Amino acid sequence: MLKDITLGQFFPGKSIVHRLDPRTKILLLIIYIVALFLAKSWCSYGLVLLFLIAVTCLGRIPFKAMTRGLKPMLVFIIFTAVLNLFYTKSGTKLLDWWIFEIWSDGIITAFFMVMRIMMLICGTFLMTYTTSPIALTDALERLMNPLKKLHVPVHELAMMMSIALRFIPTLIEETDKIISAQKARGADFETGSLMRRAKALIPILVPLFVSAFRRADELATAMECRCYHGGEGRTRLKVLRYAGRDWVAFLVGALLLAGVIVLRRLGL
Amino acid sequence: MTPIIQTEKLSFTYPASEGRLALPVFENLDLEIAEGSFTAIIGPNGCGKSTLAKHFNAVLLPSGGKVWVSGMDTSDEELLLEIRRQIGMVFQNPDNQIVANVVEEDVAFAPENLGVPSPEIRKRVDDALKTVGMYEYREHAPHLLSGGQKQRIAIAGVLAMQPRCIVLDEPTAMLDPRGRDEVVSTITQLNREQGITVVLITHHMREAVHADRIIVMHKGGILTDGSPRKVFSQVELLRKAGLDVPQTTDLLYSLRNAGWDLPLEALTVEECAEAIAAAIQIEN
Repeated sequence: MLKDITLGQFFPGKSIVHRLDPRTKILLLIIYIVALFLAKSWCSYGLVLLFLIAVTCLGRIPFKAMTRGLKPMLVFIIFTAVLNLFYTKSGTKLLDWWIFEIWSDGIITAFFMVMRIMMLICGTFLMTYTTSPIALTDALERLMNPLKKLHVPVHELAMMMSIALRFIPTLIEETDKIISAQKARGADFETGSLMRRAKALIPILVPLFVSAFRRADELATAMECRCYHGGEGRTRLKVLRYAGRDWVAFLVGALLLAGVIVLRRLGL
Repeated sequence: MTPIIQTEKLSFTYPASEGRLALPVFENLDLEIAEGSFTAIIGPNGCGKSTLAKHFNAVLLPSGGKVWVSGMDTSDEELLLEIRRQIGMVFQNPDNQIVANVVEEDVAFAPENLGVPSPEIRKRVDDALKTVGMYEYREHAPHLLSGGQKQRIAIAGVLAMQPRCIVLDEPTAMLDPRGRDEVVSTITQLNREQGITVVLITHHMREAVHADRIIVMHKGGILTDGSPRKVFSQVELLRKAGLDVPQTTDLLYSLRNAGWDLPLEALTVEECAEAIAAAIQIEN
């Protein structure tokens, strides 16, 4: 029952988007988000959308996967649309019924807001679809490296994240086993009130936590036995290096941002 | 030649904790492990064999006496990394000693910690994976592998430190018979072909047979110590300590008690069969 939890939704592949340095992808995502929030008009939204579609095609990510990512956010998107639709009161009045008023600008603002949220989600998903969680952790560690000067435990945070990712499948397997074991003893997780069902989870959570702590203890010993002594003086098997394609990607990102800013200045 | 591991009057007591008295595990233990040897340490549960193993690479420090690793005192904190690099440690549960999401990243963990340059790490990882026969799996996720394969990855992870000695603490206890064979043959091959000192802690007599020296521990002391033939022929002593003997020895022992004139020193099935055949011929 827990087997279908997928993590980070990574689609392994060999496309140019997959092969980009994960740091490039994080920085590009930030540029993309800034551009998206600067966009104000049809033209600029079009430009950002074009970029999104181009990257999706380059990464060979099926459009279905992108729309699937939007589904859980549907309620939120509709809520935003409705709010903007009724609360913008400029332009020409199109409808006036009871307490509801719809103005022409309301429709446009609502549409832009919906587009903005959807494109924001799609952009983020695009990064997690094309980058393995471990590469992302690695990139975050490298990007946040300057924060070490401010005594932020960057290496420790990254190590914690990657160990958490490593142990998720193991713990899921363990949870499955505990559930089966408790069911075999007659535990009932599927019937009764919400309160009852929540209480039924206690015999699953207690052994799970106990075993997780035991694992953590053993793992710590094993890591020490393999000479782990923090991030100091540590080297890496795979060193992240910017390649030609990363500079091209940065150039494209800069052009996108410049384009949006120019369009904004021109008032288009 | 200095032994790779030497304990001198080693004593260890688990400190008293709430509701529990201080528990001495062993006292005045003297032990030497020769470089290049394959030593098995056997003993019933709770005899202190895992605690002893943890003293070999300074995971635990002695409460009394000394432990020397190639002449280095394990209580010297300056030498900690070098001691741990020389004495690799493999534990029982393969899941709890694999750190990374990808096999090769995990094997690279120790050399990364030691600050080995990247090209050299790549070479060490590839060599270690080839040695344990897991090279084709280098890009796999460890949680999808079998227990025996995971344990071999753990061994490769230790090999990448280029240790002089590997201590394995019941590495096969959680494996199925096939995984057990994979691990034991890997260990034996490491000892024979690469000359790495192996200390195998186990309670499977069948695995101890591969060693060239067996140390039997009982109640925190050494009960007997010697070659597998010598140790396993002391059937009564082992039984008293609550230990099994290999099936072949068991059979020969029963036959001897029934009045047959048989040696007790046959370890493999073939040797045992030959000994019985010879005895039958004499009888006829």
